[in-house]
Amino acid sequence: MEALLTRYRNLTVLLIAFFAQLVLIAFQVRTGKDVPLLRVWAITAVTPVEQALEFVRRNTIGVAENYFLLVGVRSENERLQKEVGQLKLKNHYLQTQLSTADRARALGVFQAQSPSKMLPARIIGTGTGTNSQVVFIDRGSGSEVEAGMAVITPDGIVGKVIDAYPTASLVMLVTDPSFAAGVISQKNHTRGTLKGQGQPQAIVDYVQNEQKVDPGEMFFTSGDDRIFPKGFPVGEAAVVKSGKIFKQIYIVPSAFQTGLEEVLVVLEGVHQPIPEMETPSAAMKMLPPPPDAAATAGQANAGISALSTDADRLKAEYKQLGETQKHVYGDGNTRAPDLTKIGQPPKPEVPAAATPAGPTATSLQPKSATNDANAGTTTPPKPNPLGAGAAATSPGQNPKPSATAAGLTPQVPKPKPVTGDATAASPGQKTKPPATDAGLTPQPKPVTSDATAASPGQKPKPPAADAGLTPQAPKPKPVTSDATVASPGQKPKPLATDAGLTPQAPKPKPVTGDATAASPVQKPKPPATDAGLTPQAPKPKPVTSDATAASPVQKPKPPATDAGLTPQALKPKPVTGDATAASPVQKPKPPATDAGLTPQAPKPKPANPDAATTLAKPKLRGPLLVTDPADANPELAAPANPPKPKQQNQ
Amino acid sequence: MSEYSERLLVDAPRKNKTQRLRLIWLVLIPLVAILFQVYVSRFFHRLSYLELPLLITVHFALSERRPIPALAYGAVIGMIQDSLTNQPIGVFGIAKTLVGYFAASVSLRFDVENPVVTFILTFFFYFFHEFLHWVEVRALLGHPLSFDPQQTLLFGLLNATVSVPLYLVLDKLKVAA
Repeated sequence: MEALLTRYRNLTVLLIAFFAQLVLIAFQVRTGKDVPLLRVWAITAVTPVEQALEFVRRNTIGVAENYFLLVGVRSENERLQKEVGQLKLKNHYLQTQLSTADRARALGVFQAQSPSKMLPARIIGTGTGTNSQVVFIDRGSGSEVEAGMAVITPDGIVGKVIDAYPTASLVMLVTDPSFAAGVISQKNHTRGTLKGQGQPQAIVDYVQNEQKVDPGEMFFTSGDDRIFPKGFPVGEAAVVKSGKIFKQIYIVPSAFQTGLEEVLVVLEGVHQPIPEMETPSAAMKMLPPPPDAAATAGQANAGISALSTDADRLKAEYKQLGETQKHVYGDGNTRAPDLTKIGQPPKPEVPAAATPAGPTATSLQPKSATNDANAGTTTPPKPNPLGAGAAATSPGQNPKPSATAAGLTPQVPKPKPVTGDATAASPGQKTKPPATDAGLTPQPKPVTSDATAASPGQKPKPPAADAGLTPQAPKPKPVTSDATVASPGQKPKPLATDAGLTPQAPKPKPVTGDATAASPVQKPKPPATDAGLTPQAPKPKPVTSDATAASPVQKPKPPATDAGLTPQALKPKPVTGDATAASPVQKPKPPATDAGLTPQAPKPKPANPDAATTLAKPKLRGPLLVTDPADANPELAAPANPPKPKQQNQ
Repeated sequence: MSEYSERLLVDAPRKNKTQRLRLIWLVLIPLVAILFQVYVSRFFHRLSYLELPLLITVHFALSERRPIPALAYGAVIGMIQDSLTNQPIGVFGIAKTLVGYFAASVSLRFDVENPVVTFILTFFFYFFHEFLHWVEVRALLGHPLSFDPQQTLLFGLLNATVSVPLYLVLDKLKVAA
């Protein structure tokens, strides 16, 4: 045995070692117990060395490793900072895009809700110079932008286009010292002229000290300037002080309070009513209007509140007329209303066939002129449909006053002979420029004698006073743009007929010689009518529109107010209160009212039935569409007073 | 095996071998090998395939040519490895005991100083070691350890490749007995 072990010693030791470990494994597996002694020894032998190695590594390789890590961190930090910057830029860009989209959406909503035809534009630059108050927009004549168009935002008016280039337009801001616009206050309906001062604040000038304007009162465009349609917000009165003659009213343009980026160019403006002030609560008891005020409020409309303005009363009259004649304002498909019947009870129309041969009112342009003629005269009691006058004033013929005037105002006690206004109805003839009676005076200020007489709330004045020569005109303040427009030396556009605005002629004036003067081919004679009517006219000069208009050679001088307000308005662009004449597509048509006043009768243009609701557009801009004639006419047309013959100042 | 064959496989110089590792190296080298396996693999995971304790055992066995010290050396290194794992002590011990024994036995008949011979022997013993370990784990412990021969052959080649320069370095540490 011993020899065997000696001989196979190696194998024996191997087997012993093998089985010993096998038993050890079996023991551990079977009992589930470990052999802690061996493990402790092994771990105790190994882990200190591991710790030493880790310490050395941490303090040697770790430092180098950290260095490289820091290098990586540095580069990573730069990369992250760059990324953060890019993200910030992107975020800012997206926010800008979002706000731009919001503004664009707001503009779109405003554009969709507004009846005016507008063109969105973006401000792309400002004028040179530190005090520059002009900006460039990215829409030009290629986009149908023309000089004289209004530029607005939903917050308020911005300015007006003063130059239109193919790809851009130059816009004068309301803060420019040479800017002016007609404004009206919301609460007290006080009219004034907005003027820029080169400062953030603008002033409202020409407001009498006696007129009431409250601080904080909102001002809106009045439409007088023929640039800005009526009803657009302008700004709040920040400071209201009394001056020597006029109030000093400083307003902050509301369009500039949120910065300007996107604007709207008004291609075709539509007058809108001035938003009403918030009414007091229903719980508050309000007294009825005083009886005398109600009596003077409107002779034609007893139902109108005495607290309403002349414009309101006129608006009500127009509404009533439209309802009576079933005319929808703003609808070009319906026949133009017979404006001569304002304030009259509805009467059955006589069929047009009953009238003599001649162009009917609906088919011929002279219709408007006829109306004008009728308006300008006190019509005979014979009722005559709208076309009657037209038929009477067939083209190429001299107007027949009796025919035109017939029946339009039957209740007029003393029919006034038809003046040469009827001549204007002849489309083929040269007619005289429209007499800018009070109906054309946009402002109710009695600038002209007509205007004074036209005030419905006023008592009729004697003819002498009417002639526009009224020296006692409360405000000799010149003329409105209408007057300028009526200048015969320029291309006049048909103006509003006085007839439609003044159906009742309380004091028929025997107009003579107007017919003669109205002859389109004849040289205008000095209107006998006016002469006869107002021989005692002290000053033909008064800056009335009529005077300006009547002067065939003299260039119209822009009134001080209008000059600043609307350079374009100074151009002889008669604005019509009359539908017929207001067709924007028509060539200038002579106003038919005062034939005798027009030395040169412009060629009458075919009437546009749609024009019943349009105003003549200024030369460089689109027409101002009037959805409700009462909205435009209070400023543009005469109140409901009978037309009076104009005095021609030559 | 005949006397003739022994002459072919074992050359003259091997018989006069008198160089051995010092005791300190016999302790430090396996310790470093184990530390390398448990520490360096932490930072360089791909080095975990290196079975340095096995290479040290094979080198020791081939150098000593005595099976009993070789199997004892292998058993100790294996049990230390087992101590640093979560498996019962003895699994790596048995494998390395057998490897040490057979490596020492083979060294008597081959010229283990030839790099090609050492390469082939190392590759073989690595495969043998892994196979034994797999058998033990599955047979003794019942653990479902997979055995991938292809991967094991690949790792055997890599360990054999590493063993050639390693053995040259370890041979430098030998001193004359």
